[in-house]
Amino acid sequence: MTVITSLPPPEASGHDRGPAVNLPSGPARPGVPAPLRYLGRALRTLWGNGKARAGLIILGLIIVMAVFAPLIAPHSPTATNFRPYRGPGAVNWLGTTGNGQDVFSQLVYGARVSLLVGLGAGAAATIVAATLGLIAGYRPGLIDEVLGFVTNLALVVPSLPLMIILAAYLQGRSVWTIVLVVAFTSWATGARVIRSQTSTLRTREFVTSAVFSGERLLRIAFREILPNMTSLVAASFLSAATAAVLAEASLEFLGLGNPGTVSWGTILYYAQQQDALLTGQWVMVLAPGLAIVALMVSLTLINFGIDALSNPRLREKS
Amino acid sequence: MSYVFRKVVLFVITLWAAVTLNFLLPRLMPGSPVDAALGKLASAGVPVTNAERRAIEIQLGVPHSGLLPQYGEYLRNIATLNFGTSYSFPTQTVAQTIGSALPWTLVLIGASTIVAFVVGTLLGVFAGWHRNGAADSSITVGAMFFGAFPPFWLGLLLLYWLAFKTGWFPIKGGYSPGTSPNLSPSFLSDALRHSVLPAVTLVVTTMSGWVFGMRNNMINTLGEDYVTFAEANGLRGRTVALRYAARNAMLPNVTAFGLSLGAVVGGTVLVEGIFSYPGVGGLLFIAVTNHDFPLMQALLLVITVSMLVAIFVVDLLYVRLDPRVRRT
Repeated sequence: MTVITSLPPPEASGHDRGPAVNLPSGPARPGVPAPLRYLGRALRTLWGNGKARAGLIILGLIIVMAVFAPLIAPHSPTATNFRPYRGPGAVNWLGTTGNGQDVFSQLVYGARVSLLVGLGAGAAATIVAATLGLIAGYRPGLIDEVLGFVTNLALVVPSLPLMIILAAYLQGRSVWTIVLVVAFTSWATGARVIRSQTSTLRTREFVTSAVFSGERLLRIAFREILPNMTSLVAASFLSAATAAVLAEASLEFLGLGNPGTVSWGTILYYAQQQDALLTGQWVMVLAPGLAIVALMVSLTLINFGIDALSNPRLREKS
Repeated sequence: MSYVFRKVVLFVITLWAAVTLNFLLPRLMPGSPVDAALGKLASAGVPVTNAERRAIEIQLGVPHSGLLPQYGEYLRNIATLNFGTSYSFPTQTVAQTIGSALPWTLVLIGASTIVAFVVGTLLGVFAGWHRNGAADSSITVGAMFFGAFPPFWLGLLLLYWLAFKTGWFPIKGGYSPGTSPNLSPSFLSDALRHSVLPAVTLVVTTMSGWVFGMRNNMINTLGEDYVTFAEANGLRGRTVALRYAARNAMLPNVTAFGLSLGAVVGGTVLVEGIFSYPGVGGLLFIAVTNHDFPLMQALLLVITVSMLVAIFVVDLLYVRLDPRVRRT
């Protein structure tokens, strides 16, 4: 077994590690389950990075908006009891749709779908990416070759056209269809990154010792190797989630989602269908787009923070 | 030249896999796309010859028939560009429809990708060289903000303010109605004016990738000894930044060039749709709105194959840029 000696010493165990940085180790609180403690520590580390902090604050605001939508929205998002095509005013802050719905209330409720699809599809894509990446990186030879080929194929097939066509065939008319379609088309980048990291970790001593102590393949991959690349997995989750938010909005805008749900994409869909721009209702186009931008920017900012933590050269103060 | 040989083999295998995926996709879908497509043609009163019906069936799946014979016929049809007739453009074959749209998209995507690459890379060099300064922060934040713009949304806003409100640019199409495509200077300038808004939309929304990639590569490269050595030799800052650091930092960005085309192609679909641009993306927009499966399927194939060819060309160009790949 060859051991690459020029690499930094391996981390002792895979179980109890956060991102590859020195974490401020808080007092151990008994009773808090390990994954939660883990998450708390990761968040505290990210908070120390200016960009990530801004991202966490924006994301937090959007989550609050989604969770407390019934308290924040002044009207029902689906009730059609206003005069249609109204501009922004005191009652309807962002105007009304062609069906007489309040755009601001739709915007508040729409956060739910965008968050659900973004985080759901991001998580699903990351699970696929991590599984394939770990297996390919850990098992060189035929399995790696085949998985690598499939990954490269998925990378070069342009994802938005593929998503559009899948959604057009499925016509599932449900948010979950979109989650599935987006997850199916956006795992490849993550899989490739995780694969190459796995193949460098594979030869480290702690993995070798796990092999010699007779642990099974899946346990080594997920319990020994995976925890050592938390930052990579988090980064690919955030990239996939960002892409998913955009993809959801694009598919909804094309009318390939469920036109009955209230989401930022469907507000734009109806704005386009009802010629909101021709009737001068540009706010109905501007507002949901800005909301999408805010969500994507927040995810990207958090990703920058993770980048800076795992690559010391990118840190803000050297 | 074993590098080139490997790339050629990989290209051929990937091409085969993509073509096969395109064959399997409609057959794996629930429902019967072929019935839907033929039904639409019938209800639109479009006469369909037996040969055209067969071509559509081969593309979308023949019920109660073995896959293998269908696959053979499918490959023959692909080789002869026989994609049948579509519901949206019943007077011409699908191949003709796509053939007349392809040049528009190639020019639009080609021009906006090159502009985005050049401007984005230069901004990245600048930001990386002045890292952590005010210029770096504003470039990074700006690129991130514009990079998060959904292309179709920016397209709608530009359409509203720069075309509809002010009338500075035409509202729709690739050229003025009443003219027909030719290569005269007056037509070309007209087409150029029509392409400004779609191109600006694509450049603004795809530039951020180049900025970030280049900035991060620059910062990594600036830590190398040869850069420190060049600085210690008293070379001018600009010489060190461009001739020592940027030249080497650019390689990963060039590698990403081929793959990044996917994002541009994706953005093009909706942007062309919004501007009613006569390109491939605009066609896909129409096909999806009409649930026109034969056209959709042929478009996916054409888009994928074009991507593969573009990536293959970038791979070959890479040989000239990076001498290391020639030796291995």
